[in-house]
Amino acid sequence: MKLTGAEIFIECLKREGVKTLFALPGGVVLKIFDTLHQQKDVEVILTRHEQGAGHMAEGYAKATGKAGVCLVTSGPGMTNVITALADAYMDSVPVVCFSGQVPTSLIGNDAFQEADNIGLSRPCTKYNFLVKDVNDLAGTIKEAFYIATTGRPGPVLVDIPKDVSMAKADFTYPNSVSIRGYNPTVEGNKWQIKQAAEAIMKAKKPILYVGGGVVFSGASQELIELAEMTQIPVDMTLMGLGAFPGEHPLSMGMLGMHGTYQANMAMHYSDLVIAIGARFDDRVTGKVSEFCPHAKVIHVDIDPTSIRKNIHVDIPIVGDCRTVLRELNQILRATVNGEQKDLRKPWWDQIRDWQQAHPLTYHQEKDGPIKPQQVVKRLYELTKDRDPIVATDVGQHQMWAAQYFKLAKPNRWLTSGGLGTMGFGFPAAMGAQAAFRDRLVLCIAGDGSIQMNMQEMATAVLSKLPVKIIILNNGFHGMVRQWQDLFYEGRYASSNLGTTPDFVKLAEAYGAVGLRVKKVGDLDAVLKEAIATDKPVIVDVPTYPYENCYPMIPAGGCNHEMILEDPPELKMKQSGGAKVTPEDKDTVLTA
Amino acid sequence: MEHIISVTVENKFGVLSRVAGLFSGRGFNIESLSVAPTLDPSMSQMTIVTSGDERIIEQIVKQLNKLIDVIKVVDLNETEFVSRETAIIKVHTKDVDRAEALRIVDIFRANVIDSTPTTYTIEVSGDPKKIEAIINLLQPLGIKELVRTGRVAVAREPVRQAAVQAKKIARE
Ligand SMILES: Cc1cc2nc3c(=O)[nH]c(=O)nc-3n(C[C@H](O)[C@H](O)[C@H](O)COP(=O)(O)OP(=O)(O)OC[C@H]3O[C@@H](n4cnc5c(N)ncnc54)[C@H](O)[C@@H]3O)c2cc1C
Ligand SMILES: Cc1ncc(C[n+]2csc(CCOP(=O)(O)OP(=O)(O)O)c2C)c(N)n1
Ligand SMILES: [Mg+2]
Repeated sequence: MKLTGAEIFIECLKREGVKTLFALPGGVVLKIFDTLHQQKDVEVILTRHEQGAGHMAEGYAKATGKAGVCLVTSGPGMTNVITALADAYMDSVPVVCFSGQVPTSLIGNDAFQEADNIGLSRPCTKYNFLVKDVNDLAGTIKEAFYIATTGRPGPVLVDIPKDVSMAKADFTYPNSVSIRGYNPTVEGNKWQIKQAAEAIMKAKKPILYVGGGVVFSGASQELIELAEMTQIPVDMTLMGLGAFPGEHPLSMGMLGMHGTYQANMAMHYSDLVIAIGARFDDRVTGKVSEFCPHAKVIHVDIDPTSIRKNIHVDIPIVGDCRTVLRELNQILRATVNGEQKDLRKPWWDQIRDWQQAHPLTYHQEKDGPIKPQQVVKRLYELTKDRDPIVATDVGQHQMWAAQYFKLAKPNRWLTSGGLGTMGFGFPAAMGAQAAFRDRLVLCIAGDGSIQMNMQEMATAVLSKLPVKIIILNNGFHGMVRQWQDLFYEGRYASSNLGTTPDFVKLAEAYGAVGLRVKKVGDLDAVLKEAIATDKPVIVDVPTYPYENCYPMIPAGGCNHEMILEDPPELKMKQSGGAKVTPEDKDTVLTA
Repeated sequence: MEHIISVTVENKFGVLSRVAGLFSGRGFNIESLSVAPTLDPSMSQMTIVTSGDERIIEQIVKQLNKLIDVIKVVDLNETEFVSRETAIIKVHTKDVDRAEALRIVDIFRANVIDSTPTTYTIEVSGDPKKIEAIINLLQPLGIKELVRTGRVAVAREPVRQAAVQAKKIARE
């Protein structure tokens, strides 16, 4: 029996185990929506904006480790989803996006709602396909899922012209894929792994620098074994949070621009950097010429282009983290003995000194304004037993979430690192909630960021996705204000949000629940109430507007030269000693 | 330093723009690029002339390899290779210059492939230095149009291996 393109599409999704599709309809995809409407295997979550659909697919993918799938229409539907595709590309998230296209006969004629979807998405997808013949549809979809989820994961676009969704063809789903130009290397080179093991045995001041690759490859167990066996401290990137337990005694926390003092010092002074599934981003290296000046570098990465892109590597190992770590652990298990512990005693003494000298700090006065760090810390303490999934937006609140929410396991952390997309958090949280209906999903948001995809509250209410949004409401694009205070003499060019909606009423307007924390003493009670609510909730937490996030390495600075607290002139200004502009006063009052 | 990179790609829609997009998006240099189908019509051969330091060339090779439609990448500078470029040059030739033009054509073993009473169209092949040289000599006569193919190149067959191969063929 012959199936239509739309039917083939759905059959393929079923074969790929897709249960949820984040989508928004339009003219050229109506046939597909009509067919979806008549079946029950794939749930359609109707979003309010295609960017939301894209981020939901990302959240779904990050939480499950499987591909997230979205469907958008041609023209504006496609251009709207581009931000999410670019985000997924930067953070290596497996997303398969289907876009509608004008009928093949009209392509190139400036037809209604036509856009060059292939051209638009080429620089922000791992690969993209235009399906011109319904007979190619099934094979193309198989390849799309294969490419998105193997090797270094990433977004793949499949562009389906309207006539292809209507035309009929025999349906057969291929069992396997073979693409001659695409063969990711999984096994690491054995000789190189042996070299790495020898370097690890000899190192006096080694450090593990682990990133998103460990999460993608599911190598947390192997990483824990390696770290414990060799007693090597672990630095995590923003994307690697959860790859290693945040409360583990060997965990140094996050490194980089807003990383902990000990994480950055240990990196700078180490004699051996063992980078695993991390890509030496400039938020981590700071000034490249002075990055880890004393260290040999081992780099394990499945993508050869990540290796030696930014910094020199002594022992490159191209392969999957998990496979390589297993092999490495096997060698080390046979050789590690008590000697390394003695060898590294001075290193650990030094690290403990660093930890004690400058732990993460903030000061919460009992009746003072609410400090954002306090909110994250209490949220963490109140929810950690429930093993929550935590999404963030982009800004200061994201960094405080990274510092104070200590994740125990991988795939619980949804954040936009590479592109830094404001508005990512809420839809990403919804995507994760759609995958795990019974789990607690939190979104730590900024008052600026949340407004970038607020419209998805309608989706959350309609599709019963009880995400808990905690807005750290400082009245500012806080991250921008921080830079202005530190580097632009306190001139707040367009960082003061000026007016913000009443988020409690806004939640209620959508049919969700809105709560507000009025003073720090109420924090626990309100957070508990939110957690206990079985609906989407916004918790509006007005926080101290001038809190800055530290430590901080200024862009292009060196890793051991961190700013640890507000410089004196800033402290003066905040305590009312210096002139405060009328504009600033307003913010203090409204926030 | 200049490098010649030979890239075997899928012969299908959009591959050229993926390669070109890679170079422009990452700020790599393209001095010339030529592309044509291979003996196997499902593949095309690209020859890209680029430049950069060692680190950049390493990234170019790796990034090209990462493209899904790229089947094979060879940095020809790592081996011995031969390269050729063709230019077609249309020159003005007034009476007195016609003989001079032909002399130059002769010296460079070029060919006149079209002629009118006032122009010669000259085809020349060779390495880039030779092409530059003939252009310099023809310039005083007045070059009306000039097109160049960009370079194509292949690795030299290693001599020992070639000898063994030849013997084998002779035996068969
Ligand atoms: C406001 C803001 C501030 C930031 N501050 C910081 C900061 O202080 N510190 C910080 O760390 N980041 C920070 N970031 C994030 C930063 O920009 C980068 O996104 C992040 O550092 C990259 O993390 P990663 O190295 O783990 O790489 P990812 O982007 O997670 O990439 C993963 C790497 O692993 C490889 N890989 C994938 N799968 C596998 C596999 N199976 N096996 C082996 N390798 C694999 C990939 O090829 C890639 O090289 C900040 C971002 C924002 C928006
Ligand atoms: C889409 C987008 N536009 C602009 C920026 C630049 N930017 C980075 S952080 C930030 C401020 C975020 O404000 P908010 O969400 O309130 O977070 P806060 O820093 O106050 O915690 C801005 C504008 C961005 N990252 N993303
Ligand atoms: Mg804010």
